[in-house]
Amino acid sequence: MQNIFLAVKKCQPQVQIKNPVMFVVYVGAILLTVIDVLNAIMGVNQQALGYNVAITLILWATVLFANYADAVAEGRGRAQAESLKKSRHAVLAHRLDKSGQAVDVTSDDLQPGDIVQVTAGEVIPMDGEVILGTAAVDESAITGESSPVIREAGGDRSSVTGGTTVLSDNLQVKITARAGESFLDQMIHMIEGAKRQKTPNEIALQILLVTLTIIFLIVVATLLPFSQFANSKAAAQTITIANLAALLVCLAPTTIGALLSAIGISGMSRLNQENVLAKSGRAIEAAGDVDILLLDKTGTITLGNRQAVAFKPIQGVSAHDLAEAALLSSMADETPEGRSVVNLARETSQMTIDTKHLTDPVFVPFSAATRMSGVDIQTDHYRKGAADSVQHYILSLGASWPAEATSFAEEIAKNGGTPLVVTKNATVLGVIALKDIVKPGVRDQFNALHALRKMGIKSVMITGDNPLTAAAIAAEAGVDDYIAQAVPESKLAVIKKYQQAGHLVAMTGDGTNDAPALAQADVAVAMNTGTVAAKEAGNMIDLDSSPTKLIKIVAVGKQLLMTRGALTTFSITNDLAKYFAILPALFVGLYPQLAVLNFMHLTSPKTAILAALLYNALIIIGLIPVALRGVRYRELGAEQLLRQNLLVYGVGGILLPFVVIKIFDMILTIIGVK
Amino acid sequence: MIWWRDVLIIGLIVGLSIPLGRYLAAVMTGQKVWLSVVFQPVEKRIYRFLGYPDTPDDMTGRQFVAAIVAFSAISLAVVMGVLMTQQWLPFNPNHAHNVPWDLALNTAMSFVTNTDWQAYSGETAMSYLSQFMVLTTQNFVSAAVGVAGLLAVICGFSRKESATIGNFWVDVTRFTLYVLVPLSVVLTLLIVSQGGVQNFAANHLVQGTQLPSGPASSQFAISLLGSNGGGFFGANAGALFHNPTGLSNLFESVAIVLLPAGLVVMFGQMVGRRQAFVLYAVMLGILVLAIIGTTLSELHLGQHVAGVAGSTAFEGKNVVNGIGLSALWNTLSTAVSNGSVNASLDSFTPLGGLIPMLLMQLGEIVFGGVGSGLYGMLSFVLLTVFISGLMVGRTPEYLGKKIAAYDMKMVSLAILLPPVLTLTSTAIAVSWPGIGASLTNTGAHGFSEILYAFSSMGNNNGSSFGGFNGNQLMVNVVGAVLMGCTRFVPLIAMVCLGANLAKKKQMATSSGTLRTDTGLFAVLLLFIILLIGALNFVPALVLGPIADFLTAR
Repeated sequence: MQNIFLAVKKCQPQVQIKNPVMFVVYVGAILLTVIDVLNAIMGVNQQALGYNVAITLILWATVLFANYADAVAEGRGRAQAESLKKSRHAVLAHRLDKSGQAVDVTSDDLQPGDIVQVTAGEVIPMDGEVILGTAAVDESAITGESSPVIREAGGDRSSVTGGTTVLSDNLQVKITARAGESFLDQMIHMIEGAKRQKTPNEIALQILLVTLTIIFLIVVATLLPFSQFANSKAAAQTITIANLAALLVCLAPTTIGALLSAIGISGMSRLNQENVLAKSGRAIEAAGDVDILLLDKTGTITLGNRQAVAFKPIQGVSAHDLAEAALLSSMADETPEGRSVVNLARETSQMTIDTKHLTDPVFVPFSAATRMSGVDIQTDHYRKGAADSVQHYILSLGASWPAEATSFAEEIAKNGGTPLVVTKNATVLGVIALKDIVKPGVRDQFNALHALRKMGIKSVMITGDNPLTAAAIAAEAGVDDYIAQAVPESKLAVIKKYQQAGHLVAMTGDGTNDAPALAQADVAVAMNTGTVAAKEAGNMIDLDSSPTKLIKIVAVGKQLLMTRGALTTFSITNDLAKYFAILPALFVGLYPQLAVLNFMHLTSPKTAILAALLYNALIIIGLIPVALRGVRYRELGAEQLLRQNLLVYGVGGILLPFVVIKIFDMILTIIGVK
Repeated sequence: MIWWRDVLIIGLIVGLSIPLGRYLAAVMTGQKVWLSVVFQPVEKRIYRFLGYPDTPDDMTGRQFVAAIVAFSAISLAVVMGVLMTQQWLPFNPNHAHNVPWDLALNTAMSFVTNTDWQAYSGETAMSYLSQFMVLTTQNFVSAAVGVAGLLAVICGFSRKESATIGNFWVDVTRFTLYVLVPLSVVLTLLIVSQGGVQNFAANHLVQGTQLPSGPASSQFAISLLGSNGGGFFGANAGALFHNPTGLSNLFESVAIVLLPAGLVVMFGQMVGRRQAFVLYAVMLGILVLAIIGTTLSELHLGQHVAGVAGSTAFEGKNVVNGIGLSALWNTLSTAVSNGSVNASLDSFTPLGGLIPMLLMQLGEIVFGGVGSGLYGMLSFVLLTVFISGLMVGRTPEYLGKKIAAYDMKMVSLAILLPPVLTLTSTAIAVSWPGIGASLTNTGAHGFSEILYAFSSMGNNNGSSFGGFNGNQLMVNVVGAVLMGCTRFVPLIAMVCLGANLAKKKQMATSSGTLRTDTGLFAVLLLFIILLIGALNFVPALVLGPIADFLTAR
């Protein structure tokens, strides 16, 4: 209901002029209205008045339907924006002055550079960067994700968003945005479509549509002199302004013209539903074009830390002894690697030893100098560490280093793992194999990646690992290519190299050192958990911070473009049937023999023109759902996609209007239109 | 069966266009060819004359456009000047008078724009100087200008991140010297060998009839090769001394399509053979369908007259050629923007006249004009790519170049202007007071006569339907504006497009890229051409030839 009201409200000239195709219909409707009113007042042409009014009304309906499509699309965005607005109201902030005293101000008064104190239970007043403290923050207001996230000073998890709530501890936050320009504000604007600008491809398509409209305008306008040349008396009967306006509106690409901006808006809101915020529509179009996905190994493909996967005891050492030594030496190792050794030992050898069972343990923590860690229990010294450091340690104690340890270590490295050697009292017991673990569920997500390969999109993993390890992980995860031994700066170089070769590159990033690469990439998705620098450099922000979101972003981009193309094709192919309906109707008065062109056997010129015009108006309503949810999207090669869309929207666009116009004609005949 | 001659001629065109296209690619990229020995010194001298010490540097789009405009403006002024003063100039044995300003404007514009619409009859209205010096010169260079435009567009696709698109003067010089001159010498000799006229003598009066004379064969040869189509004599290829025998008809028919077809092959050599093959196939497909359509209509849809063998479709046709070769010639010369005629189209059956008219209205892209035909076709290709490229979920690209808003603007200008101006000027003409007096028919056929005339001028074809007296102030002036706009606006738009595309990066291709070298794309292209090209003219055609056809039955 609200949408209908909005559709009527959009009938203002300054709104209509923005859509040139529909503006032509709009002007036609006004013109006919004026003529109808004049005819009614002056009492001329009374016998055709009913028919002319009918045409005028259908033209107005066409304008309203186009407005309605816009209103519906915008309405969906508004609903999303409403929920965000709730968390935007001004809150009390504790601003710290130069002496460190807290002064209470409202969030609207905060300036970039101000420092505020936020304690548990309070709302963060404005976007900023944590400069002191660590806290759990509830970001569900923007992400919809209820589990809290950790925000801490320094590093890549330092940015906080206004409107989110601190759950524990307290933070000092340096404000980075002004009231009304915060991340949340931008997001609301974007989703509401208030700041929506036409995207490059939309502009190009608009040019094409305007061109077609101009051509048809001339085609229709010249019909008047042409038909008068043929038979001026008969022309006066059928070549009326109302009929010419009807022909023009039918021929002009009104279907796509009416739905074009709705397609754009709903593409944006589909992306928002995936919890991704695009800073511009241009980025969504670029997502459709992307053919390289650059994926960070760490965090995206693997869990980001190595896990113990096997114990390899030296000949003569029992598996149990090795597992026990490994467990003991890792007892105090709180790193994920250390914990994974403990877990593996407990699982494989049913060890139940715990710290409390030990008598006077002296833990030796990991140090950069020795690159080993372990424990001394009375006279027993347990150590574990990298192969070369342990070898050095063993030899320095005058003990012997078994050749078997070296061969184990090499074998593990070759398979993409990392070896750790375990010793007890200067005797090598065996080797632990650590391995990067591909994230659970990654394969499922990467099945989607395989599908993308059919669409010509290549996935490239980027990692600091050596080529051997990188190759092993790439094969396991199923990515197409990898770049090994990468340093943070290499991302930028890699992107530039691909772009130079004519590729469009998408990447995700969260760290400050990702920012240059994000700025260079064609589709740059910054994680919401990332730093302010990363978020500023990216052209999209993923509120879920999911590295594999790229796949969905590409799908949204492609679907948007496909929908645009499919409906354009449909709109243009429709013209064929409309010509066959209207032209015989217009010209049969001039040359009765032209009746043979009316092979649809439409009842009369009036029913034919009304039926075509009705079809033209109602098809807009009929296609609103397609514009909103997009055409059917499947991961197929270009050739198959084209074939499929052509079949539905090309061939369908030729046939459907013939059928529907005939049906409308029959209905009009039944209700007594002659 | 009369079709064997069509098959032979099409076969010769296709067979000859392939080696010719390879030769063209070599010449236009500056490689050494066997004629270099003869022409390279001349080429160097021309560059020196133009003020370049060596081979000229490449031009930016702006410079290229400026060169086209300057060259064409000077050409226009020279042609007009000579026509309006020919009475006082040498080589005028038949004492032709000075041409009035409106006809001179129309004729000059017509030859500069490669249209060769002739609102005069050459044997009486023009001096030999006007014909063989100025009009023939334009027949050469106007074709070469079209090729320069085409090469600018090709540079747009073949160059990467380049600010330049070749040099206009180099393109025009090379094409004229290495291609047009040798081919027209060969064709002239072939026509003369069949009895074509080539002398500087005055017309002969034989038994009370003026037998026309003059340097006719050389002018007609280049006018066929260069998609000009203007005859030395008013009856064009229907004139005995232009086209004396069946054999000359064969050579001349082949010559009409030879270069436009060869240029498509050249395009293939420069950007990829499969790409060009698709365009060639679409063009050839439309051409063959059109030939079949016109021929069948002429064979079977003429009215039979009691006691006369054959049908009225024989009216206005040369008995040497008969129905088949007349239908073939006029289809070829309207598919190619040539415009020469060997029969009276006014006397064709309504549908037989519709097809040549439609071929022009499509925008002269079925091989089309020399150079202009292929760049016109490329504008339709970009349109097709734009619509169908979106359907594969990517922003459109062709030959690795992204098609963005500026490019669509240029494509739109090139596609929009000819139909819009053709329809508008037809509307002006039919509303002109007293227009009926200059027509031989009324009603639908009369409308066809006017529509044909403006479709011919508005697409730079130049062929005449007949039955409509074009030499009147309004038609001369409107026609001149029409020919000028529909030639130069698309030409300049396409050069700007080329310059813009040349600046772009070459995109990598993948299985997600829309392929433009497949059968599916060819079908799509064909469909878009017919839909967009024909939709514009369907109402007019219904009121003209189609009504003519239906009411005559």
